[in-house]
Amino acid sequence: MFTLNINSKPHEVDEDGDMPLLWVLRDILKYTGTKYGCGKGLCGACTVHIDGIATPSCVLPISVLAESKITTIEGLSGNGNHPVQQAWQALNVPQCGYCQPGQIMSAAALLAENSSPNDEQIERAMSGNICRCGTYPRIKQAIYLATEIKGS
Amino acid sequence: MKTINNVSRRKFLKGLGISTSALVLSVNLPGLSLLPKAFAAKDSSEKFVPNVYVEISSDNVVSIIVHRSEMGQGIRTSIPMIVADELEADWQQIKVIQGLGDKKYGSQNTDGSRSIRDFYKPLREAGASARMMLEQAAAQLWQVPVSECSALSGTVTHLNTQKTVDFGALVTIASTLPVPKSEDVVLKNKADFKFIGKSDIKLVDGQNIVTGRATYGFDVELENMVYVVIARPPVLASKVKSVDDSQTMKIKGVIKVIQLADIEEPVGFKPLGGVAVVATNTWAAIKGREALKIEWELSNHETYNSKTYKDALKASCDNATTILRDKGDAVSALAQASSVIKAEYYVPALIHVPMEPPAATAHYHDGILDAWACVQAPQVAQATVAQAVGLPPEKVFINVTLLGGGFGRKSKPDFVAEAAVISKQLKLPVKVIWTREDEIQNGYYHAVSYQKLEAGLNQNNQITSWFHKAALPPISSTFNINAKVIQFEADLGMIDMPYDIANIRCAAGKADAHIRIGWMRSVTNINQAFAVCSFADEIAHARKENPQDNLLKLLGDDRYINVNQEKAKYGNYGEKLTEYPIDTARLKQALNKVAELAKFTPVKKNGNGMGIAVHRSFTSYVGCVVEVSKNTKGYVKIEKIWMSIDSGTVVNPERVISQMEGAAIFGISLTLFGEITAKDGAIEQSNFDNYRIARMNEVPPIDVEIITNDNPPGGVGEPGVPPVAPAICNAIFAATGIRYRELPLTQYNII
Repeated sequence: MFTLNINSKPHEVDEDGDMPLLWVLRDILKYTGTKYGCGKGLCGACTVHIDGIATPSCVLPISVLAESKITTIEGLSGNGNHPVQQAWQALNVPQCGYCQPGQIMSAAALLAENSSPNDEQIERAMSGNICRCGTYPRIKQAIYLATEIKGS
Repeated sequence: MKTINNVSRRKFLKGLGISTSALVLSVNLPGLSLLPKAFAAKDSSEKFVPNVYVEISSDNVVSIIVHRSEMGQGIRTSIPMIVADELEADWQQIKVIQGLGDKKYGSQNTDGSRSIRDFYKPLREAGASARMMLEQAAAQLWQVPVSECSALSGTVTHLNTQKTVDFGALVTIASTLPVPKSEDVVLKNKADFKFIGKSDIKLVDGQNIVTGRATYGFDVELENMVYVVIARPPVLASKVKSVDDSQTMKIKGVIKVIQLADIEEPVGFKPLGGVAVVATNTWAAIKGREALKIEWELSNHETYNSKTYKDALKASCDNATTILRDKGDAVSALAQASSVIKAEYYVPALIHVPMEPPAATAHYHDGILDAWACVQAPQVAQATVAQAVGLPPEKVFINVTLLGGGFGRKSKPDFVAEAAVISKQLKLPVKVIWTREDEIQNGYYHAVSYQKLEAGLNQNNQITSWFHKAALPPISSTFNINAKVIQFEADLGMIDMPYDIANIRCAAGKADAHIRIGWMRSVTNINQAFAVCSFADEIAHARKENPQDNLLKLLGDDRYINVNQEKAKYGNYGEKLTEYPIDTARLKQALNKVAELAKFTPVKKNGNGMGIAVHRSFTSYVGCVVEVSKNTKGYVKIEKIWMSIDSGTVVNPERVISQMEGAAIFGISLTLFGEITAKDGAIEQSNFDNYRIARMNEVPPIDVEIITNDNPPGGVGEPGVPPVAPAICNAIFAATGIRYRELPLTQYNII
């Protein structure tokens, strides 16, 4: 039995410790906003925050998370109004949208650490997140917009 | 956008995996045995249902039924824009409902870039006829002539008295009125459009997407559902010889292991067979599959090796006996030419890799089958599932979730049939998910192709002959084991080659298929435009001409091309050539527009190279310029991409631009990285580490300009892809003097 702190609430999980957080979130706790894309930590669709750090959850066994504060897309903001979420909507960033929760979590973690990143810093922070639809140009714009929303 | 008021209901349905927008339809769903009776009860509000796309209820909600699948092209926003505009609905009162798979909607096959092309007019008429009936209803209510009643933003106004009435208050009367005949429907003037052609419309699913509440195929959850992954044959059409599941059954969460029926060729959309692991969660199913020990009886496709296959395709080009277009006498003209340019091009097999792999949830119960799946073609899924489980199609209900990308993969409903068959066997709701490895190794592949082109020049450097030979396994091989020669694939960038040349021959050779061949975003336009637009650039170089001027010369006078007069059978993407001609004037305009946008010059002062290409596909015209830099170590970098698109009438310009941006990046991925290879019949790639997709740091700024006109709407989702690969390679040639004719470029160690 593991107790996980997810979105500021304790969750009791009776699963093997090697089960990756992704599947605990999705199948056991029904937080389906965190997406499967590769299962190997290669695409970023499953990105969550572990103590504020953007982390792929598909290769992260729950046994190491007892002390961690886990935030998923569902817990990023009270009502979807995180500056990154606002910017994403303002610029119609998503196409299919499937990778976007992961993109948003990566972008939010970047901005928490660096309130005015430049192109290179954005690319470094976001290069773990694949978007097959090709929304990268808009993501970059939206991150800049989010810094303005955050600053205002 | 109207959201659903009853929060508890929304939450409950989300738990069931039904997107909130499916709410109204869900009351008619047989799956509703799962719903408490209170929720399953018929909606008490009265409804006016003038046609299959519109429902207006007495509470003033205008429901617009979107019958096409949303996979990122924005159709769940664009269809409501069309209908709401003609209907004169207020955008705030619109609710979007996803249509079930049902032939009453007409084609739902969301492929071929045709949602707007095929449905612009019917959807306008659906909105307009509803508007006319509401005006008629108001006239009846007020006992005034209908000519004095006018719909505006969700109300009808009596022009003489300025009395108004909400649409919702008119539903009872409107429901009694006859639907106007098609010829009597009065459409709006373009000048009066409020939504069509406007760029300020927010995505209807935007809020759900950015908060993680959007429901994709992967996200569907039913009560008592089990999770399934399948070990499919590594070589197509192989059979399970033996299976040892003893280690699998020891894994916590694994419920059962099922050996599935072997597949018989032709494979079509049938389940691939193999061994299914049923578990209480996906992770247990994946681990359980890893622990299986399966012995396969391999089919004769185990002889398939990409290396030797390439040589076979090359040889087949030299024996291209199926003539697909013949104008003049290309063979004699080549023999008489004062010089001949020859080049050979190779594009490997490719795979879709939508971020969401295939996933389907099915529940066979009470003689019906409910399915929830990320499908591009719900009616095809319905027919396939019906056959797989032995039910009549009307007992199969396909609920379309959002698609986490499609690109053609999700037109093939094999994964829905898998879920259906297993649910029938287990008598439980079943979710089958495909891992990334499954998606890459058991897909429907874009066909590997080899192409040989020859052009003959006369003494004045004019091109007098063109001979294009191609060998690639046809898509029809998936449905007919004897099919070895392309047919409609030739229409996509080969026989519609638009250059003004007196002698033209296009021909195809035979190719055996050893993997499932399918269509992927822009299909054979990918390889054929790569060859044709690269070859045109080679001609420019041979003639020492600016590539843009060379293309203008090749395209020749403004004219409509009818290749059907040249022994071809040209499908024109299902459209009439009279309505959607191959128009060289529009090709030249797209070319000149993008050249102007990019300030095109082959070699810039800083040494950067620029490449240009223009291509018509899916009845739209796209120009592309790519700029690349090179460094002293010989590496090249894509610095910028410009795109022009003429797709005729545009409904949602903002989504057209996003599709072009996405197409440019799709083109970058396949040009730089895309390659599927087989060894002994099995696919060698498995995940994003060895089947790479461009990442943010590999993608340059992209500028898009839409060419506006009043031509009928053309395709948008696919036409952006084809010119990108040749424009990249043309740019690299301009920068480095090296011509790359085989993709992907990673093999040359220049990226």
